[in-house]
Amino acid sequence: MIEQNKDEGAPGPRKMHRRTLLGGMATAAVVLAQTANGKTFQAGVTRSELVYPEDPTKVPGVPPGTVGTRSPHVKLAKLPSETSSRTPLQDLFGTITPSDLHFERHHNGVPAIDPAQYELVIHGMVARPMTFTLADLKRFPSVSRICFLECSGNYRSQDDGKIAPQQICGLTSQSEWTGVKLSTLFREVGVDPKSTWFLAEGGDSAVMTRSILTSKGWEDAILAYAQNGEAVRPEQGYPVRLLLPGWEGNANVKWLRRLELSDQPYHTRQETSKYTEAIGDGKVRQFSFVMDARSIITYPAYPAKVEKGWIEIRGIAWSGRGKIARVEVSVDAGKTWQPAELQEPVLDKAHVAFRYLWQWNGQPTEIMSRAIDETGYSQPTLKELMAARGGNMGYHLNPITAWYLQSDGQVLFKAT
Amino acid sequence: MWKNYLRIVLLTGLVGSVCFISPGSFSLPIHPARPDSLNWPKTFGFGKPAAAQQIARLDTDVRPDGKGLPSGSGTARRGKTIYAAKCASCHGATGVEGPNDQLVIVQGLTDPATKAKNKVIGNYWPYATTVFDYIKRAMPFNQPGSLTNQEVYSLTAFLLHANGLIKETDIINAQTLPKVLMPNRDSFVPDDRLNTPAVR
Ligand code: HEC
Repeated sequence: MIEQNKDEGAPGPRKMHRRTLLGGMATAAVVLAQTANGKTFQAGVTRSELVYPEDPTKVPGVPPGTVGTRSPHVKLAKLPSETSSRTPLQDLFGTITPSDLHFERHHNGVPAIDPAQYELVIHGMVARPMTFTLADLKRFPSVSRICFLECSGNYRSQDDGKIAPQQICGLTSQSEWTGVKLSTLFREVGVDPKSTWFLAEGGDSAVMTRSILTSKGWEDAILAYAQNGEAVRPEQGYPVRLLLPGWEGNANVKWLRRLELSDQPYHTRQETSKYTEAIGDGKVRQFSFVMDARSIITYPAYPAKVEKGWIEIRGIAWSGRGKIARVEVSVDAGKTWQPAELQEPVLDKAHVAFRYLWQWNGQPTEIMSRAIDETGYSQPTLKELMAARGGNMGYHLNPITAWYLQSDGQVLFKAT
Repeated sequence: MWKNYLRIVLLTGLVGSVCFISPGSFSLPIHPARPDSLNWPKTFGFGKPAAAQQIARLDTDVRPDGKGLPSGSGTARRGKTIYAAKCASCHGATGVEGPNDQLVIVQGLTDPATKAKNKVIGNYWPYATTVFDYIKRAMPFNQPGSLTNQEVYSLTAFLLHANGLIKETDIINAQTLPKVLMPNRDSFVPDDRLNTPAVR
């Protein structure tokens, strides 16, 4: 967007290009309209109707509305497939993902859940099996935290290099989540101290189930009913989702309807057949919950084109193990590394923005970033990662991502 | 193995954790960021007791030890007909053709790339109980939750037999299913990345 966002067109009254819009497609902008008696009101228009006045300072603007709109210049979209939809990382600034652009991954669609009928059941190794309505959950002491979510199957590559961060690792997003701490509910139902695992179950048509360590529930798990200031979006688990800061997305069960406390894992399909990874010597790693440290340069990145001269290299870094300690950037294909600037606040288990100011001489080169977290873990190259796992790819791939800058300013993905 | 794993996780989880003390006794949250926490009551009294029928209606999960398996039974022979009617359209006539997930092993593959994708119930899944649990909750994909326990037992038997794990006449029920040994079970290892900054 940084490059594509330029205001094109000649001065004077301008009409946006007529686009074929699907019948009944949502309003793209609001403009002033006049009633017969001359009263102005706010009306939705499609892009094809938007007219720019010659001088916006000479005509009154649009009055306040009920919901905000994006500028019709800004075309932000997720990239959907049959089973997921990816966040346009290369088009975003800062670290909070607009809620409508949060990545999606679900296993049989987004369910329609009536909040008035919603109930969460907690049972198993508890003193008092209980059910909670949405209103009940909202009465408990609340907590908010900013953290990332990431699907553990979040690495794609493409030989011609023509892929954007959205395709490479767009299955990560960040929000401020609000809800009730799971530990608060554990106390309420009297969780048996001998419980070591619990099953989290969703109310979608996959009836998603994952076994979670009870210790994570005591530590920092949240039952989230709000995201970025409003109710959790349906795609994100409305009305209530499990939030396990730093842990792979799939375990953060959405549309949460049941928690069963147990003293052993259940070995559900999603933690045996899927979300397990071969690591060499015939071994398969299971219950690999924590997301390792990762970073990606989101500018310059395909499809942006750059010119020689000053470039602020920008990106995001994150770790499921804790805080990002530093991010290093290389502008010479990994031969030397320099520290990047981290944008405060640097939060625990959260995307942090980094930047590195650089003067490009126009010679072809490769730029890349690597994240180092507070545990000392340093983001590896793809080769290092595969070597450590007996040559296997699979879940939990967090390699350094390189961008090849051609002399014509084209930026192409390159695997490391 | 899981016990050891837990010990490690619990130990590391507790270091620096201030969320609770002594899970054995009454656990009072003493998070320093919440000065009001000391005033927390033992319970808030929100919510209501879960009725036994409500729990029973939802609680269909099955553990590897067989806990949760319902009464009823099935055989591969009976499962074959049900499979043809309700599953073959998405998983193929013999469970390998697709278009959706392959359910049955292809024997004698040599090409490493094809072999790597040949990870199915018979050579990958560690527990037979998962087959029952998953079919019961999520299949058929276009009509999840529509199968009876008898049908699920038979389909489970059919898939276990097609994968070469049981005989066609074996009766699969709450007692026999947990005893079906899955060849890949010992390949699964707990997370080995914890407590080290090494790349793993
Ligand atoms: C409309 C298509 C469709 C039908 C019909 C269907 N399935 Fe599936 N099945 C799927 C899809 C899609 C998946 C993968 C779902 C996912 O990954 O979340 C799947 C996954 C599975 C899996 C897990 C495979 C693995 O290795 O993880 C099993 C087992 C299964 N189906 C069994 C059945 C059985 C038994 C039936 C018949 C009762 C059936 N399916 C009917 C589409 C279908």
